[in-house]
Amino acid sequence: MDKAVLRVSDLYKRVVSPEGELTLLSGINLDIAAGETVAVVGSSGAGKSTLLGLLAGLDVPTTGQVMVDNEDLFALDEDGRARLRSEKVGFVFQAFQLLPNLTALENVMLPMELAGKRDASAVASSVLERVGLGARLSHYPKQLSGGEQQRVAIARAFAPQPKLLFADEPTGNLDRNTGTKIIDLLFDLNAEHGTTLVLVTHDQNLAKRCQRQLELEAGQLRDEQ
Amino acid sequence: MTAFVLALRQLRRDWRAGELTILVLALVIAVASVSSVNFFTSRIHQALESQANELLGGDLVLVSSNPIAEARFKDVDALGLQYVETMEFPTMVLAGEQTQLASLKAVSAAYPLRGSIRVADELFAAGEVVSGSPARGNVWVGARLVTALSINVGDDIQVGDSDLTVAGVLTSEPDQAGGMLFGVAPRLLMHLDDLAATGLVQPASRIRYRLLIAGDSKAIEKIHKAWMASLAPGERLNTIQDARPQIRTALERSESFLGLAALVSVLLAGAAVAMAARRFVSRHLDNCAVMRCLGAQQRLINQLYLYQMLVLGFVASLIGVLLGYLAQNGLVVVLGPLAGVELPAPTAKPVVIGLLTGMITLLGFALPPILQLANVPTLRVLRREMGQVRLNTMFAYAAGLGAFFLLVMMQAQNLKLAIAMLGGILLLLLLLGALAGLLLKLLKRSINQGATAWRFGLVNISRRAGSSVVQMMGFSIGLMALLLLTVVRTDLLEEWQGRLPDDAPNRFLINIQPDQLNEVEAFFANENIEVPLIYPMVRARLVGVNGHALDEEGLETERGKRLAMREFNLSWAAEMQADNQLVAGRWWNQNEHGQPLLSVEEGIAEELGFKLGDTLSYRVAGQQFSAKVTSLRSVEWDSFRANFFVLAPPGLLDIYPVNYMSAFYLPSDQHTLLNRLVQQFPNITVFDVATILDQVRTIIERVTLAVEYVFLFTLLAGLMVMFAAIHASLDERIHEAAILRTLGARRSQLLGSMMLEYASLGLMSGLVASLTAGAVGMIVAERVFQLDYLPGPALWLGGMMLGAIGIGIAGTLGTRFVVNRPPLQTLRGS
Repeated sequence: MDKAVLRVSDLYKRVVSPEGELTLLSGINLDIAAGETVAVVGSSGAGKSTLLGLLAGLDVPTTGQVMVDNEDLFALDEDGRARLRSEKVGFVFQAFQLLPNLTALENVMLPMELAGKRDASAVASSVLERVGLGARLSHYPKQLSGGEQQRVAIARAFAPQPKLLFADEPTGNLDRNTGTKIIDLLFDLNAEHGTTLVLVTHDQNLAKRCQRQLELEAGQLRDEQ
Repeated sequence: MTAFVLALRQLRRDWRAGELTILVLALVIAVASVSSVNFFTSRIHQALESQANELLGGDLVLVSSNPIAEARFKDVDALGLQYVETMEFPTMVLAGEQTQLASLKAVSAAYPLRGSIRVADELFAAGEVVSGSPARGNVWVGARLVTALSINVGDDIQVGDSDLTVAGVLTSEPDQAGGMLFGVAPRLLMHLDDLAATGLVQPASRIRYRLLIAGDSKAIEKIHKAWMASLAPGERLNTIQDARPQIRTALERSESFLGLAALVSVLLAGAAVAMAARRFVSRHLDNCAVMRCLGAQQRLINQLYLYQMLVLGFVASLIGVLLGYLAQNGLVVVLGPLAGVELPAPTAKPVVIGLLTGMITLLGFALPPILQLANVPTLRVLRREMGQVRLNTMFAYAAGLGAFFLLVMMQAQNLKLAIAMLGGILLLLLLLGALAGLLLKLLKRSINQGATAWRFGLVNISRRAGSSVVQMMGFSIGLMALLLLTVVRTDLLEEWQGRLPDDAPNRFLINIQPDQLNEVEAFFANENIEVPLIYPMVRARLVGVNGHALDEEGLETERGKRLAMREFNLSWAAEMQADNQLVAGRWWNQNEHGQPLLSVEEGIAEELGFKLGDTLSYRVAGQQFSAKVTSLRSVEWDSFRANFFVLAPPGLLDIYPVNYMSAFYLPSDQHTLLNRLVQQFPNITVFDVATILDQVRTIIERVTLAVEYVFLFTLLAGLMVMFAAIHASLDERIHEAAILRTLGARRSQLLGSMMLEYASLGLMSGLVASLTAGAVGMIVAERVFQLDYLPGPALWLGGMMLGAIGIGIAGTLGTRFVVNRPPLQTLRGS
């Protein structure tokens, strides 16, 4: 049994643009062990989001391999990857991506409902309680502040107890103060659940909280700091 | 948890968020409209079927214009069937000073074999069921005869040479000549054995003889077959399938009108559903991407939406069926009396048809785009611009058309009609799309001037060219329905009703004898009434065409067969009547008088397959003559003037037995003239055409009212389309307005540009709608009313103003909250 929960080998992503072929990611190799916290940093356009999309199987690479918990992500079809995400992967997005028609509680229930779990409602309320939104269960996203929306998103990510959690600029849409609180929450929950956390960020403060920092530059990983 | 339960939850959540309102409302309207019509027709059909033999008075009826042949009675006896004879004809009835035309029916003692007669002791009582015919010396009369003659039960009336006692008021009988509303003259029912003494039956009398038979169904079937094969000219068989043909025809015609009206609302609802589905898809792209990101497989997403749509469709259709059931009561009130019988409860079939209509509409117009949601790229959660779904529009259109085809087939059950309607709709959509696109192009060129609000509003329209065209099509369809139902309909009806002049003849005189001509003319002169034209009439039977015996069975239509079998009234004239028009050949000149030439009305010529140059052979009073068709005429039948199918030049027919007829206008304050006329000429029969006209008008008004009633649904559906069209661009607008607000746009500027945008869209849609409504109106005018209709400026101006003002206001009201909402709320929410 391999210790690495995420293993990336020779990952390339090229796209064809009007100016010719563009290489977004070039020969990425990395291993991330279970329980690790890793930050991917880099300037805009360095390929951070592209990498995250590939790690989560939201997009397919030009070549290369990504193993999630010993399963070859790209040997699976689109639905296979969806199943894998539903079993093992959680997400926190910069733009929160809460469904506007669903209440906070329903948003948190959603991934568990999709996975066919029975106690979705009870689990979701207890996690929302944990993130401090116990009084806001029946509020809709637009009735919540940005920080609150992101807390709902974090609750949604942790509620199904994923092995692996991806976060894309989780504080990008929040002010500094709120951002700090969100980061605390994210790391606290991570510690409680023993989740492997991979996050993409510009925020040096956030990056420093992680055990490892990977810097992307023009689609390539620089040596680890 | 099963996908179904999850789908139900999502359905509830979407409903709560108002995402499904238009879909549901449109479906409910469509289903309610179709169900109301189907519930009603189901009840009518059941009434006609379950009571058909009662309405017929027997299981099979032989109708003849000659006395029933002895052989027919032998056939009946041989099979051990029961039978009764009836004889029916119009005649004048006298009571003191009063005269009235009555429809006399003499029946043998066992009448009726099926169904029942109800007779009351006094006027307006319900009456009791009696068995058998009136006793000898007695008659039962219809209520209208009682009032017209101012008589009571127990009084004597004069029928021909006999005095008979009114023994009761007839309140219902089987085999009524067309129900309470259709009967021409009030009924007089007497015993068959009293008839000879009246002296009314003469060799040339126009009498309808009937032989009603009843009994074992196999024997009936056997005799039916045998007689069908041996029908003599002037003979006809009525089975329970064709009981009360007049009502059947009238009801079937109104059924198909109603069905088509309902279908139009279904189509409009389909358009609304399709537009609402587009919006549903664009609003659910993010949801879908997030769900896929959270691990939902495509199959699950498809299942979720499929179940959602199935449940939604079922519930909405069920509500529609319920509303339709309530609404059909309106149709029963309006059209029910035409059936003349108590309507039984509807069957379950309309429920099934209603549910199917709802499901087909929803699944056909909404499901294809919605199912493509599952193809949304998951990456949309990270990069929005990558998440565009390429909708397979061809598939969606094909599904929509398929659904439409199914719906037409279900309602009209007529492949030809379905294909014609499909073609018509496609053409209309193409036309609408092309016109809308053209107007947009013109608009683009004229944008560069004007105030900021003006420019911004117009730029908006042309920038969103694609969705603007769709929106305009939606608005145009809705406006077109509105215009057709209001302006065009009123124009057409007025034009049609206006064709009947106020002094159109309202009384017909028949049976005038040759030696009475001068006296009748003198009578009118004395009464200071313009002496009407008097036309000769010779009864003849068509026996051959171009030297061959007539083949009635080879004729295409039932009407053609009936026309060929019955006796023609031939007439002659030196000049063509002013309101006739020559459509082929030429009218005879003076030198051709006495020659064997004929002029035939074009409608009957088409029905019977006569062409110019054909030679027709007629039998008159045992002799035969042949003549050549040298002209075809068109006749305005609804002018109610006397007209003839077949005319000859003077000098050809006057060797045969002839009597005369006339038509004249009798002002309503000169009623007493009729009494003097009948007293002076007892043999002349007066038909009150005004009454028939009123009855026809009543029927037309009722059918019109019923169709209008169903068109209320169409109107609602049209409004739904416009509502859906306004909603179609709502999200984009909200977002834009928020951005413009943050950039410093004033409220008034935003409102102004929005109102302008909607008003311009409305103006252009109004133009497109009035063009198409005018065209549809012209087609309907020509095909249905035989009218030349040229849409006036009222339609154009009305359409454009209605569009600009209506849509300008509705659109602005519908999106007003956009400018009132703090921009950050909007931007954060999106």
